[in-house]
Amino acid sequence: MMIHTLAEYQKQLLAKKISSLELTQFFLDKMAQHNALNSFITVCAETAKAQAIHADELRAQGKAGPLTGLPFAHKDIFCTRGIKTTCGSKMLDNFIAPYSATVTEKLDDAGMVLLGKTNMDEFAMGSSNENSFYGVVHNPWDTRCVPGGSSGGSAAAVASRIVPAASGTDTGGSIRQPAAFCGITGLKPTYGRISRYGMIAFASSLDQAGPMTQTAEDAALLLNAMAGFDVRDSTSLNVPVPDYTATLNDSLQGLRIGIVPSFFGDGLNSEIGAAIDNAKSVLEKLGAQCVEIELPHHELAIPTYYVVASAECSSNLARYDGVRYGYRAAQPVDLMDLYKRSRSEAFGQEVKRRIMMGTYVLSSGYYDAYYLKAQKARRLISEDFKAAFKNVDVILSPTTPDVAFKIAEKTHDPVKMYLSDIYTIAVNLAGLPAINIPCGFSGQLPIGMQLIGNHLTEARLLNIAHQFQQHSDHHQKVPMMESSS
Amino acid sequence: MSITKEQVDKIAHLARLALTEEEAHAYATQLENIFNLVTVLQQADTAEVRPMAHPMDAKQRLRPDVITEGNEREVMQAIAPLTDMGLYLVPQVIE
Repeated sequence: MMIHTLAEYQKQLLAKKISSLELTQFFLDKMAQHNALNSFITVCAETAKAQAIHADELRAQGKAGPLTGLPFAHKDIFCTRGIKTTCGSKMLDNFIAPYSATVTEKLDDAGMVLLGKTNMDEFAMGSSNENSFYGVVHNPWDTRCVPGGSSGGSAAAVASRIVPAASGTDTGGSIRQPAAFCGITGLKPTYGRISRYGMIAFASSLDQAGPMTQTAEDAALLLNAMAGFDVRDSTSLNVPVPDYTATLNDSLQGLRIGIVPSFFGDGLNSEIGAAIDNAKSVLEKLGAQCVEIELPHHELAIPTYYVVASAECSSNLARYDGVRYGYRAAQPVDLMDLYKRSRSEAFGQEVKRRIMMGTYVLSSGYYDAYYLKAQKARRLISEDFKAAFKNVDVILSPTTPDVAFKIAEKTHDPVKMYLSDIYTIAVNLAGLPAINIPCGFSGQLPIGMQLIGNHLTEARLLNIAHQFQQHSDHHQKVPMMESSS
Repeated sequence: MSITKEQVDKIAHLARLALTEEEAHAYATQLENIFNLVTVLQQADTAEVRPMAHPMDAKQRLRPDVITEGNEREVMQAIAPLTDMGLYLVPQVIE
């Protein structure tokens, strides 16, 4: 069987050239063949086959929807009832979710087949997937390199085509950065576009789920099913969901693209700059016009993010107490010992570091200087974008300052690791949608570019990305891999 | 800014974390480095700026005050580390 996109498999299923069961078995075999990538925490072989058989029955009865029978993988941050949901942590190594996330239910209801749960940085905190309790994921383009994070398992699995598509979540770049490092398409929608219900919380005012796919067209297909208002998520947007596939072929004539010149300075790998220049000329040939813009408060983004995200993380992760679910330390001498040892024994270093940082910025005497200050800076960052979108439709930037780095290269220097999120973080603070699209290679490693849009302009971002992909082939490149069996 | 080991110990207690001596020293240095990264915030002029808690400045939605969740004690306690007769068990708190 050839490698195809979701959209292509959709046509084959519709024409009854393949069955969902055949497709599912094909991918389960590939996942087993390439398990050395370590992109999965849990493989759902039996339930996947049962779902596939059910999907084939629905199709035979003429009851199939657009996504019925298509296999995919979930990042292990989405609760899946009856299936282990670990969030990459020892804390939840034994956690069988008692309910499903809204996103899980929606894709389930759409008839999709869940192949497995992908590896990730613990509680989505990390940019390299090295913080997973289940071990590092390897980048399929060069297995000595990281796949990026925190949705590193999803990115590696889609890039290596051992799954046709996957879900991810993005708090400061966790969809877009691994998508860039692995050469795939990754969309972080507007904050509130996709329900957060049942998606294990890291920083609630920043967290957003999204699709990780081979193409923009596939991202549109998945977003159609993932997006929508959910009464169970208090910050869900009650706004109608358009058909994201309907506008993919719109013209780019007259599109105004903002470019921030300071993003292309010394800190950027020059090959990434050159690849984006090439992409610009492709988009210009399609009718777009590039305009220089400024985001004057952009230097505040990383410090603001690490204050806001850490503060929210420390309160969200206070729920892990060794009492109600998750890890519990053995033989506690008293209640305080139970709390402290359960948390210390089950959280990894990065998670503890962020909890410490968040506790500090929220503690008495420091709240105004850090947390309140960061919330004000957050508004300045957001206003910059507002002003920019008066003059341009989208902003084009690098996704990452460099291509995928070597495993263990940055693990001893958290600050260095944090700085690698420089281009993605401000988007989450402002709640904007943004997409990573493959736009070239540096040696054998992929380069990604980021398109940022105003609130709720996912359709336009997907349209531009799709048009770019109709006129480039970076997204079609597949890594050469040796199978591990 | 500098962060002392005593401060680290205090934060760890507030966060209900038990750190080894080695971890506490490492965190003191690492937190110091992270806060040095954050100092640029202090230079930002935010005198007239309202804090932003939600990216779309949305208001909390209200709903009718009616029960929407059923009693799922058994389901929820099935994943608890230690329960007895519907109660979560912890080390003795009251003498």
